Amino acid sequence: MTYTEDKPAPELDKKAIIQEVLEAYPDKARKKREKHLNVYEEGKSDCGVKSNIKSVPGVMTTRGCAYAGAKGVVWGPVKDMIHLSHGPVGCGYYSWSGRRNYYIGTTGIDTFGTMQFTSDFQERDIVFGGDKKLAKLLTEMNELFPLVKGVTIESECPIGLIGDDIEAVAKKSAKEIGKPVIPVRCEGFRGVSQSLGHHIANDTVRDWALPVADKLRKEGKLTNNEPTPYDVAVIGDYNIGGDAWSSRILLEEMGLRVVTQFSGDGTWNEVLNTTTVKLNLIHCYRSMNYICRHMEEAYGIPWLEFNFFGPTHIAESLRKIADRFDDKIREGAERVIAKYQAQSDAVIAKYRPRLEGKTVMLMVGGLRPRHVIPAFRDLGMTVVGTGYEFGHGDDYKRTTEYVDDGTVIYDDVSGFEFEEFARKLKPDLIAAGIKEKYVFQKMALPFRQMHSWDYSGPYHGYDGFAIFARDMDLALNSPTWGLIKAPWKQTEATV
Amino acid sequence: MAQNVDQIKDHVELFHQPEYQELFQAKKEFEDAHPADEVARIAEWTKSWDYREKNFAREALTVNPAKACQPLGAIFAAAGFEGTLPFVHGSQGCVAYFRTHLTRHFKEPFSAVSSSMTEDAAVFGGLQNMIDGLANAYALYKPKMIAMCTTCMAEVIGDDLQAFIKTSRDKGSIPEDFPVPYAHTPSFVGSHITGYDNMLKGILLNLTEGKKQATTNGKLNFIPGFDTYTGNPRELKRILSLFGIDHTILADNSTALDSPNEGEFVMYQGNTTLEEAADSINAEATFAFQAHSTVKTREYIEQEWGQKTAVYRPVGIRGTDELIQALSEFSGKPIPRELEIERGRALDAMTDSQAWIHGKRVALYGDPDLVYGLVSFLLELGAEPTHIVVTNSNEVFEAELQALLDSSQYGKGATIWGGKDLWHLRSLMFTEPVDLLIGNSYGKYLWRDTHTPLVRIGYPIFDRHHLHRYNTWGYTGVLNLLNWIINTILDELDRSTIIPAKTDISYDLIR
Repeated sequence: MTYTEDKPAPELDKKAIIQEVLEAYPDKARKKREKHLNVYEEGKSDCGVKSNIKSVPGVMTTRGCAYAGAKGVVWGPVKDMIHLSHGPVGCGYYSWSGRRNYYIGTTGIDTFGTMQFTSDFQERDIVFGGDKKLAKLLTEMNELFPLVKGVTIESECPIGLIGDDIEAVAKKSAKEIGKPVIPVRCEGFRGVSQSLGHHIANDTVRDWALPVADKLRKEGKLTNNEPTPYDVAVIGDYNIGGDAWSSRILLEEMGLRVVTQFSGDGTWNEVLNTTTVKLNLIHCYRSMNYICRHMEEAYGIPWLEFNFFGPTHIAESLRKIADRFDDKIREGAERVIAKYQAQSDAVIAKYRPRLEGKTVMLMVGGLRPRHVIPAFRDLGMTVVGTGYEFGHGDDYKRTTEYVDDGTVIYDDVSGFEFEEFARKLKPDLIAAGIKEKYVFQKMALPFRQMHSWDYSGPYHGYDGFAIFARDMDLALNSPTWGLIKAPWKQTEATV
Repeated sequence: MAQNVDQIKDHVELFHQPEYQELFQAKKEFEDAHPADEVARIAEWTKSWDYREKNFAREALTVNPAKACQPLGAIFAAAGFEGTLPFVHGSQGCVAYFRTHLTRHFKEPFSAVSSSMTEDAAVFGGLQNMIDGLANAYALYKPKMIAMCTTCMAEVIGDDLQAFIKTSRDKGSIPEDFPVPYAHTPSFVGSHITGYDNMLKGILLNLTEGKKQATTNGKLNFIPGFDTYTGNPRELKRILSLFGIDHTILADNSTALDSPNEGEFVMYQGNTTLEEAADSINAEATFAFQAHSTVKTREYIEQEWGQKTAVYRPVGIRGTDELIQALSEFSGKPIPRELEIERGRALDAMTDSQAWIHGKRVALYGDPDLVYGLVSFLLELGAEPTHIVVTNSNEVFEAELQALLDSSQYGKGATIWGGKDLWHLRSLMFTEPVDLLIGNSYGKYLWRDTHTPLVRIGYPIFDRHHLHRYNTWGYTGVLNLLNWIINTILDELDRSTIIPAKTDISYDLIR
């Protein structure tokens, strides 16, 4: 028996709950925060919340910074490049091996994903500037790591404040070492969250990587020089716990040729070959729609957002993707769907009875607050609240496809709001990030991390869904929750 | 079909199924990867003396450093005080990182807020962010104290904390008498241990202002330093209770970072009350258990409070002996029999195990004081510290550690590598192999590359559970350290003798 099993389904005035939670704020902050909280009404084309606005100071936002978006998300997983944390030591240290972007390679020799490279700025670098140090370290790097395919320089806060010219250093060093060196102006104070860092990183792909591809293409030197009509790129899958692989396998099985993974388990060569594909398949729209839109304009490559969470949506996505190709691929998609039907049916038959009717509150980054909803639904679970750490207006529009009437929507939720909503909505499971995990577990609420899959995964694709189902079950139905209240302290009847 | 519902495979097994192995093989076509023999050649080269020399010739590049930045240490120091909310003035991403890092180690919530400065604040300064931030944090989280430090952004633009806090107070963000101690904690100076020192000094300066009495309160103050073992303050309190010594720990974060699960989230669990902390100025003396994370704080206590300070590192037998004797002297009480028995038990364990560690060459890395304590203990066991890497080193520390090494024949083969990083250590371990590595979770990459078994001691430990709940101080701490070290050696011995009919002649039942 779980601790949560006997609670009655709450009939709640959710708008009143929001107002109640807002009362704790001083006036100025309340006026700001109330625009970020709402209850979704069926039929509306938007969730009715403001987003992508500066966080209110002092409220314990879960958001990170532009550096995190550029280094930690977009560029960091490109495995055969070195991603330099340029500035003081902390940013690189805290983000070192934090995201489990799986890759195959010999770390330190031909791949560098779980390493930390930094210019470790000291006071003298702040005072006199760090450009000379940067130039020198790039030379040292190339000598000690000769198989590196290129370097990105992720600027930390001080770089933009002290007026360093990392672009000039990058250009000069690139010539010297004969490899791409890409300056990324992702200082942490830029923008309001990780999101601008994604955009900035996308822009550096446009400005520093794609021109290299264009040049190689002219010279006939792109390695994918004989593209097929079935070439696709998987964009915005960071291969957390192997997600991109359990997605790739389906695309290949249906007859497509995955030329690029950008950026989970990706390589510099794949980045370049993105320009040769017929279709960009984008998983995390928020972090990489910019480069997809650019490639649509500049190269005429269309893009398609897909969702590989849960068999219902996987099938929908496979068909949607196949429709962009021919009968051969359409047949391929049907074949894949049919092949995995039995596996998914067995997963649902086993786990749905254990999860049916359970409620979930979500709060994740820029994609999963909507994308994982179908996977929960396939298991009979209902999402009663969701929100993005750094979503934009278009994310909240897209969310309407996924949420039910009456879902509480919270944008850039503060620690205070999240806890209060959880107390009032009484979900059976909370799915958010590491900073939230133990707060809710102390409240005897089952919790799963939806950024890192709680070190499990993959969760994408059919193989991933089986793991997702297993994990939600083990979180919700762990006997540990039922032990938290000491028997002599259980005042409420538990029968 | 990869998944069987009765035995669902996650990443650990899934990707070793044939269809995924084929996928990996096929993907290589698109990677333009270097040929396997070239990768192998370079991999071999990185193990050579030639590579080591080039690696040590580095002047600008840092690879895999074993240090964090100041504000992490600052908010850690603040967490031990009653009702205290750490507030970091500057960019918000830093706070997300600190909270994540601390949470991943302790597997506990860590509450801290940011003033969320953005580009406009970079231009105009962060005053308005602080005014709003203090008002919001105070209203929402109802702290008894806000401990403020900075990110490098606020430092580079030169925000003046003292003036900003005063202005915020004048504007009504916080009440007139509400304590907001502060510390400037630029991340381009020192490391997390510097931030710990700065914040602790800031807090004590604030709380003790005007609290000096004519007579002492008879207490002893204790400063743990940047110590991440929540069992340690508990063990200290137990030892002090045996002596009957009245004390104040500045500050005791052992509950905040290892809190009970009773079905309610309790945000503030710092054990040191503000009143006790304020009265610490009237104590007889202050004992710090780390030297290099308390330099400025001790200097301040000596100069401004006129109080004696001393550094004890109660790690291993001699380190604990020194503390116990000092406590006996302070209290005028004989050393309790209970502690003598514990000492005897620890020594019994050490003599039982010494054969397995004697003469073993050890590489270790970590913060200066942690490393000092471990080296001291290793020498007591007859182990031979060999490569000692301390990224956030300093000259005073190196001289003191050298003196310790010189005091033992087992320290003769050791080299202290101050300011070096874990990529340097990799070269050291390939060119001059050792039997054992001691370090934090990042040491696992060195374990993988060099096959040197890793004992996880230090911060952060992300990939093993609960180690931080134990104590490393005192005679009982000896048992924990010994347990981790000896049983890592024995586990490794089993692992290396486990192949039937090949190595398992030494797969012994009794060791």
